[in-house]
Amino acid sequence: MSQKAIELILMRQLASSLAMPIFLVDPLGSLIFYNEPAERLLGRRYDETGEMSMKEWRTLFAPIAEDGSPVPGEALPLSIALHKHRAAHLAFWLKGPDGISKKIGATAFPSRRTGSPPARSRGDLLGGVLT
Amino acid sequence: MKVTLWGTRGSLAAPGPETIRYGGNTSCVEVRGHGRALLVLDAGTGIQRLGATVRGGGGRIDLLLTHLHMDHIQGLGFFEPLYEPAREIHIWGPPSPTLDLRTRLARYLSPPLFPLRLRDLPCDLMLHNVPPERFEVGGFEVEAELVCHPGSTVGYRISEGNRSLAYLPDHEPALGVRAFPAKPEWTSGFDLAADADLLIHDAQYTTEEYQQRIGWGHSAMRDALAFATLSGARRLVSFHHDPTHDDVMLDRIDAAARAVGDVTFALIAGTEGATFEV
Repeated sequence: MSQKAIELILMRQLASSLAMPIFLVDPLGSLIFYNEPAERLLGRRYDETGEMSMKEWRTLFAPIAEDGSPVPGEALPLSIALHKHRAAHLAFWLKGPDGISKKIGATAFPSRRTGSPPARSRGDLLGGVLT
Repeated sequence: MKVTLWGTRGSLAAPGPETIRYGGNTSCVEVRGHGRALLVLDAGTGIQRLGATVRGGGGRIDLLLTHLHMDHIQGLGFFEPLYEPAREIHIWGPPSPTLDLRTRLARYLSPPLFPLRLRDLPCDLMLHNVPPERFEVGGFEVEAELVCHPGSTVGYRISEGNRSLAYLPDHEPALGVRAFPAKPEWTSGFDLAADADLLIHDAQYTTEEYQQRIGWGHSAMRDALAFATLSGARRLVSFHHDPTHDDVMLDRIDAAARAVGDVTFALIAGTEGATFEV
């Protein structure tokens, strides 16, 4: 496996030092890291789950809307960050593998390559960050 | 390729009788290929002596800057080929999200910090941001990747045929990692150094000093050893010596590193004037 971009490595290092839950995904939405506060929120350790496709983590962590219905994939802040290249915020319920539902407010933003021009280009997208 | 160290000191030039064996000039490395193409890695104060060896030769020189901290560009204005009209000189540097390379270099190469401006130089000077993909220079294949160091900083991997040199003079791969070394895919600089025949790497601090300087962008010798082991490099040259470390201190750090034993590579103390065949 080749090395990840330095921006993602530094983001993981920063996330590892912060007290708020942080998730990192790649441009396809695959979960590539979450920190210890996120582990407590989800009831799963990153070392146990490892990297997961978007389909896998949506199934595992099951975001639920206020009305009790599943949050559509395209409405998730991370999906908006990755596909529309902008920050997004949403409040929803999260039921972790421990069976406990928690209401959270989540903000996601896209992560772009250093030196990228302002113009939107998928090739410059490194992934997304959710906190 | 033939590799010569013209400056091995980090952060600040440290000339004097107490640093005469390891050298006092800041980062500069000459790389010569079989085609005699000349690559220069960084323009620390060591570049002044290198310039004197190529005086009046004509032809092209490619200067690859890892970043624009002063200890890596301070010698630039004293590089004689810049003042030779027949010279074609290409300077490559890390990209910036805000300013082009010329503008950033001109902050130093202009009054009041320097008497001349870049535009006053008589050589044929071209400046480039290093591209994100591999590129070819003088028969060398060059890869540049951003690495963990404050500001926009790249490391280089230079290959000729099946031989490779990795140059990461300012690099802190252990930053923020609870247990270093981590997995290769999460290690800054890993792809550049993987299986390199010669790795020139930051080893500025002792382990104790590093604890007081985390986040400054440099490595303890201990972490340089771990990085070389992880990447599978065949030879490690310790580099970017702290300006407060005299020859006796550097001997002590080198001896302590050798005492660790059980390493998969040859450890070589980076000394000014040393040459390597790669």
